[in-house]
Amino acid sequence: MTEFLQQLVNGITWGSVYALIALGYTMVYGILRLINFAHGDVYMLGAFFGYFTARFIGAANNPNPMKAIIVLLSAMIACGLVGIVIERFAYKPVRRSSRLSALITAIGVSLLLENGGILLFGADPKFFPQIIRAREFNLIHGVTISNQQLIILAVSLILMFALRFIVLHTRTGKAMQAVSYNPTAAALMGISVDRIITFTFMLGSMLAAAAGVLVALQNPKIEPLMGIMPGLKAFVAAVLGGIGNIPGAVVGGLVMGIAEVLVVGYISPTYRDAIAFVLLIVILLVRPAGILGRNVAEKV
Amino acid sequence: MTSRTGLRIALAAALLLAVLAAGCGGGGSQDELVVGEFGSLTGNEATFGTSTKDGVGAAMADLQASAGGKIGGLPVRVVVEDDQSKPEEAATVVQKLINQDRVISVIGEVASSRSLAAAPICQSASVPMISPSSTNPRVTQVGDYIFRMCFLDQFQGTVMARFAAQTLKLKKVAVLKDSKSDYSVGLAQFFTEAFTGLGGSIVTEQAYQSGDNDFRAQLTAIKGKKPDAIIVPGYYTEVGLIARQARELGLKQPLIGGDGWESEKLIEIGGDALNGCYYANHWALDAPDPKLQAFLKAYRDQFKGDPDAIGGLAYDAANVLFGALEKLYAQDPQAFKGLSSSRAGSAARTDAEKKLRDLIAATTNYGGVTGTITLDQNRNASKPAVVIEIKDGKKIFNSSFNP
Amino acid sequence: MKRLIVAAVTLGALAGLDLLLPRFLNPYFMRILMLCGISIVLAVSLNLINGFTGQFSIGHAGFMAIGAYSSAMFSMHIGVGWVSALEALGAPQGLAQAAALVVALLLGGLAAAVAGYFVGLPSLRLRGDYLAIVTLGFGEIIRVIITNVDAVGAARGLPGIPQWANFFWVAAAVIAVVGVSLRIANSSHGRALFAIRDDEVAAEALGVDTTRYKVLAFVIGSFFAGIAGGLFAHYNAYLHPNSFTFLKSIEIIAMVVLGGLGSISGSILAAVFLTVLPEALRSAQELRMVIYSLMIIVLMITRPGGLMGSREIDVRRWFGRRARPA
Repeated sequence: MTEFLQQLVNGITWGSVYALIALGYTMVYGILRLINFAHGDVYMLGAFFGYFTARFIGAANNPNPMKAIIVLLSAMIACGLVGIVIERFAYKPVRRSSRLSALITAIGVSLLLENGGILLFGADPKFFPQIIRAREFNLIHGVTISNQQLIILAVSLILMFALRFIVLHTRTGKAMQAVSYNPTAAALMGISVDRIITFTFMLGSMLAAAAGVLVALQNPKIEPLMGIMPGLKAFVAAVLGGIGNIPGAVVGGLVMGIAEVLVVGYISPTYRDAIAFVLLIVILLVRPAGILGRNVAEKV
Repeated sequence: MTSRTGLRIALAAALLLAVLAAGCGGGGSQDELVVGEFGSLTGNEATFGTSTKDGVGAAMADLQASAGGKIGGLPVRVVVEDDQSKPEEAATVVQKLINQDRVISVIGEVASSRSLAAAPICQSASVPMISPSSTNPRVTQVGDYIFRMCFLDQFQGTVMARFAAQTLKLKKVAVLKDSKSDYSVGLAQFFTEAFTGLGGSIVTEQAYQSGDNDFRAQLTAIKGKKPDAIIVPGYYTEVGLIARQARELGLKQPLIGGDGWESEKLIEIGGDALNGCYYANHWALDAPDPKLQAFLKAYRDQFKGDPDAIGGLAYDAANVLFGALEKLYAQDPQAFKGLSSSRAGSAARTDAEKKLRDLIAATTNYGGVTGTITLDQNRNASKPAVVIEIKDGKKIFNSSFNP
Repeated sequence: MKRLIVAAVTLGALAGLDLLLPRFLNPYFMRILMLCGISIVLAVSLNLINGFTGQFSIGHAGFMAIGAYSSAMFSMHIGVGWVSALEALGAPQGLAQAAALVVALLLGGLAAAVAGYFVGLPSLRLRGDYLAIVTLGFGEIIRVIITNVDAVGAARGLPGIPQWANFFWVAAAVIAVVGVSLRIANSSHGRALFAIRDDEVAAEALGVDTTRYKVLAFVIGSFFAGIAGGLFAHYNAYLHPNSFTFLKSIEIIAMVVLGGLGSISGSILAAVFLTVLPEALRSAQELRMVIYSLMIIVLMITRPGGLMGSREIDVRRWFGRRARPA
């Protein structure tokens, strides 16, 4: 029982990370119908920006919450800018092209970020400094949770609620919803579709960056190819929950995280990567709209 | 002619140029000894290739200092190629080194999978290949032109088992191996055989994959079985994280591993979690061997950092090669001339390669920085292994095991 | 009759080249030539799925892997036995090996085709991006499974495959895949595929059995990918799951896209270009992948049609005949 609860704790922690990344995927897909393959690499960049900031301000020397928050915020802002740049230079020109072209462009951007990262940072893994002193807490039944895991959960929740607030209760957020339903009608209503798209990319990238820093807290090894697998899995999570659906991304992320940890713990760790895709195939065959999604009829 | 056609002609021309450029690889104007070195400079295991390159670079620097970079009057030139951590790329680059650069010998690779891809090509071209640290037994079985500078995993597994059972007196252990690495799987298997042969028992065997970041699931399963120690025969990048997460989960047992732990980054990644852990290795940096210390000093000056065992083994591989070349020049200068770049492709070259191979195979009691090396009849290095202990964040020598 | 003569002459020419080329080209260049050939088979087979039918398939390396491993396992366990038996009966070694290789390749292709069938099925319910991710997932699942099956060497790789592939067979495979693609393109089947690519709903409304054709495209495309995998296995004599990652699928897609989706000659040109380019760029090692990815992005932005668009190099025009009707 202890083991199962422990795995559950681990699973929920990972799930919230996947949820943060999945949110970015789902928002971009909802608006542009584009799978942003480069999103996982923005997560990687977030970890690296956090790494360099932490080393620059010496956050590991005297760990305190202020410095940690600076590291997190600077990574988020930097990646927000990266997202804007990617959108402007790579995705905007192919907005009118076929879906396959956009997909290939996204793959190209992903490769560029990964190999550019190898060129700039070096291929060897770096070690993220300890900006928060590690402590364990004992829950019931001998299950332990570290304060890093608690921080991940807390920050994820805060960010998700912030996003929800933006989307549901601000004008820009409502404009985002409008554009995702019908860009033409939204434009006719006076919404600047370009600005909204840019804003969406920025938000998504900021969330991915936060995920990168949070993960680096707990698993300090970072390297330029670290975003590939989490990116793909987070995309599966978004599809699982219903792509284009924001609460769906959260649900999908949690399901993904728990499923993965349970498979690794009880079946075999070597199938860790495969479970994501098996889940994907199952959900696409059984309920393509996703757990919380709605079936949209294709109009001819 | 439409612009479309013009575009196509331009592209065809570019294609042609590319082919020609690829063709103009070899052919230096002066006589020299060309040695090839290949490794993974990019891709997943980029640090292996860099370490190999630096180790060979250190040996070249020594040669430069002692003999002006020449052996037998001919300057030595090392051509370095990147195989991107891919086996088929390893085969391609070795083919290029042999056919375009006309190398007389090849140093590489670290990963057994890439050595296995390249070895048949070297064997059929009769070019000696020295692998610094591929530990899979099959590598040298490819043919008599393939050598390795390190011990086999069979021996290393036995060393770890002897240390665990006899020195630390452990009765039951858990094994956590890297299923994506032939090295780790093989080492785990050899350890298990040896350990159970010495009366110990394995309470559970778990696996992860290199590149994984999270091992809590496996460690939680191990925790439930209460072993005396955890055997982690993997690479340093994951070992550091495993140690951290184990301590976070409340596992206090020592971790024991193999030479995959060897890296200057190990303590940086693992931190205090690694105190009280042990691993088998080719060398101990604090051993009082004067040759080793001299090498370390020169290396630190040249590369501003400590070498890992791969770098040390590459250094020894290059020096063994240089030593054999010098011996050939001393014993048979006429045959030695066959190795110069101007004689590539001639019968003299083939004859010289054979003599070179024989000299490499006869390496006995060579005092390398990674230990005293003797190549046995299977062209594997018979040398002692050391066990390193990690104490207060430092690696210190614990004990030595002879074959 | 005329066709038989053409076929015999072609085969004879290939056999002749197979004997002559090694005299003029050193093994390094031979290797590049062989790898070009294998890349061409991969690119043209993917072109069938992505270019002709407009199905997003980004897991082609998975089919290649299936073909590679199944043909290798056959050769290593059964094929060598056949060769010895045939030789004992008096057949020359080359002929015996060729026969075994053909069987191995066909088996590999068939296994891949079966996989292609199962991957094609979800395409019935899925469109565009979703299908792309499913194919990607399939490719990854294949790789993970191979990494876990000890019998094929798992993560340690599979050495010791008999090295039976030579220029003749690679060239034959290239001719086969190009020939089949050309025949399809100029037939009513091909027109059905193009119709599905251009507007699937309209095609369905006009009575085209989209289900059958989409699955057919997958099956044929994956069959040839399996053959390419078999040739790869029997040339390198060593297989490792790391050769069949998502990156490999992307490399094949890049060839098809660079050449122009739907253009067979484009795929051929691009396959050769993208196989030779890394060799020519050896000096700029670290920049190589960055250049590659920039090339993909710039290409998609400026000329998404690729080199050839969807047109072909029409050989007849060179001989003064009229171009064939569009």
